[in-house]
Amino acid sequence: MSLSVKQLGFSYGAKTALEDVSFTVGRGQFAALLGPNGAGKSTLFSLLTRLFVTQGGSITIAGHDLRTAPLAAMADLGVVFQQLTLDLDLTVRQNLRYFAALHGLARRDADWRIDAALDRLGMAERAGEKARGLNGGHRRRTEIARALLHDPKVLLLDEPTVGLDATTRAGLTRHIHDLCSDTGVTVLWATHLTDEVGDGDQVILLHRGRVLADGLCGALRGDSPLPAYFAQMTGAEA
Amino acid sequence: MSGTRHALVAMRAIVIREALRFVHQRERFIAALVRPLVWLLVFAAGFRAALGLSISPPYQTYITYETYIVPGLCGMILLFNGMQSSLSLVYDREMGSMRLLLTAPLSRAWLLFSKLLGSTIISILQVYTFLLVAWLFDITLPGWGYLAALPALLLAGLMLGALGLALSSFIKQLENFAGVMNFVIFPMFFLSSALYPLWKMAESSELLHDICAVNPFTHSVELIRFALYVEMNAMALVWTALATAVFMALAVWGYDPARGMMTRKG
Repeated sequence: MSLSVKQLGFSYGAKTALEDVSFTVGRGQFAALLGPNGAGKSTLFSLLTRLFVTQGGSITIAGHDLRTAPLAAMADLGVVFQQLTLDLDLTVRQNLRYFAALHGLARRDADWRIDAALDRLGMAERAGEKARGLNGGHRRRTEIARALLHDPKVLLLDEPTVGLDATTRAGLTRHIHDLCSDTGVTVLWATHLTDEVGDGDQVILLHRGRVLADGLCGALRGDSPLPAYFAQMTGAEA
Repeated sequence: MSGTRHALVAMRAIVIREALRFVHQRERFIAALVRPLVWLLVFAAGFRAALGLSISPPYQTYITYETYIVPGLCGMILLFNGMQSSLSLVYDREMGSMRLLLTAPLSRAWLLFSKLLGSTIISILQVYTFLLVAWLFDITLPGWGYLAALPALLLAGLMLGALGLALSSFIKQLENFAGVMNFVIFPMFFLSSALYPLWKMAESSELLHDICAVNPFTHSVELIRFALYVEMNAMALVWTALATAVFMALAVWGYDPARGMMTRKG
């Protein structure tokens, strides 16, 4: 399994944020981490990206345990944070070069990868533009291109479509789905928007820090539309 | 790519990024330069008459007050820049770019040290610009002193940057930064040997003198002062090095994923 989370627990003082969270995502699978605001998605992402350390349970990324082999695990991980993390005064290429160097890519190798990644996301002609001049959708694409530079085996995206218009949102969602099938990268996509999830996608339904359901979207929702299923599941717990 | 090579490539990128950011903030450069120059050209001119300075090491002769405060003002640039970079770290954290840095597959201590080195190099460039302007105003130092001061400036810059880094890991929000100004920068600067020699301070208050004597900023200023006259102040070196190690350890502790700011913030 490319991404495996076992019996994860986390609390902020007395407040429990995650409790006994377990799931696995296979290679090349698109998994949607679906949950209403406050479900614990952000805490889970902070644990997966090692900004917090697990208090209980374990996380394995591409076979590397995050606790015992953190650097190997981080090397196989690509992350798109919910917040924008581009340096707005730098050009798209400079932003990507900075990231490539953080991952130890030599300049020539990095430039080649940057061209390929930008091209894949339809951003090639914008390489020389300052990030400040890009619109929201293009900034996101730049961040996705950046997260793929070092060929990660697992790609995490934390509500990447927040603040984008419907067309851009649909385009990005489609692109990441294609990426899964084309390159075999494993994707964990956090969202609270059900229209970003297809029937062939794995859905991990998180609510109040627990996994309510885990399975292929089509099988989970049965005959009801996903929004109805989502409302029913999270509403039943409310 | 080997581990060491990776670490060095990343360090270079972090330093270059700091430099690029600095280039984009020209106002910051001007502000950093104007502040000590105002002290040197206005404040010192007024105080020259009031303050008589006797001969004390490393000076071999009577010196003007302007000459006395040059090392302190070099320290001032490093101090304000150290705090400025800590401010930018809090900003970075709120903006998320700190997250990006901390998810790089390198040890946190190394990443933080690289960031520190980047901001220190920028500070040192500003110190030399200041020394150049001072030289244009006829405040000259021994020729070799400009070179001998480099390692002292580097160590002092690292120490003050590490302090900023440590503080940034404990400051919850950008708004709290004003408190840092009042409770860290000003006391550190005024309770030091930057503007007046310690013996002068002792004349007015023993207690204040003792506080100045343990202030690591005093020692970093003395380290720079002696180095500018191509002399070594071993005690200042030990104090500054020790303070650097302590502040750096605090910073690494503050940014440790298991503790510190990140977890408390939630």
